[in-house]
Amino acid sequence: MHYQYNIGCSLNNLKGIRDFIRESLKGHDVTEVVMNEIVLAIDEMCSNLMIHAHHCNPEHMLELHIQVPKKGNLIFEIVDDGSVFDINHFNEPDLDNLVQEKRKGGLGIRLVKSIMDNVEYLHREGKNVCRLTKRVN
Amino acid sequence: MVHIKRLQEEGIDILAIIGEIDASSSIELDLTIAKSAGEGFKKILIDCSALEYISSAGLGVFMSYIEEFKDKGIHMVLYGLKEKVANTFSILGLADLLQICANKSEAKKLINALSV
Repeated sequence: MHYQYNIGCSLNNLKGIRDFIRESLKGHDVTEVVMNEIVLAIDEMCSNLMIHAHHCNPEHMLELHIQVPKKGNLIFEIVDDGSVFDINHFNEPDLDNLVQEKRKGGLGIRLVKSIMDNVEYLHREGKNVCRLTKRVN
Repeated sequence: MVHIKRLQEEGIDILAIIGEIDASSSIELDLTIAKSAGEGFKKILIDCSALEYISSAGLGVFMSYIEEFKDKGIHMVLYGLKEKVANTFSILGLADLLQICANKSEAKKLINALSV
């Protein structure tokens, strides 16, 4: 099955993204904990893009695609035409630094990298595609 | 999306988080904790039993108070986390940086012991 959701870049829309993912994966054999991890990783990616690439302009759109095969890996694609925000080129600060500097950021990327099995970037029809793969047994 | 209830018991300020905390709602958590500390509470319990979801923005709020609270002698203990929420904390190793208890009575016992 393939699901698509189009979202304006407002942080108020994150809740809708989470509900969409939960709905799309309903019936798929994932535990509540894994479901929450997946929702979390996509939420983090979308909020990063909204804030850093689109400055929370609600007229800028993101497309979220979810491919749910009968068996095998789940594939999530976030498509936009903003500047690329490649988390593979971002060095997340370590936890001690975060505590010392009282920074309220940098944790999201660490979460995404821990949860997803692969994060890759590609170009398709002039747009940026961030593809995240989650292995499921 | 998130609702935070405050109630006081025996000099402890208890903040009960109801709902989901993400990048848009983490500010409410931040303001509520700041308010509690600003009112002079030295013991702050965070009731997470109705917390359904937390993203890094919310985790970052808790982290941001660690140093300040250490300096001011304020103690903060979280309790009642659902498994899926506790998992988010443990992915990042935050269980070692924050005080987390299973339930309210344990959390009260811990915060009173820490505050002696």
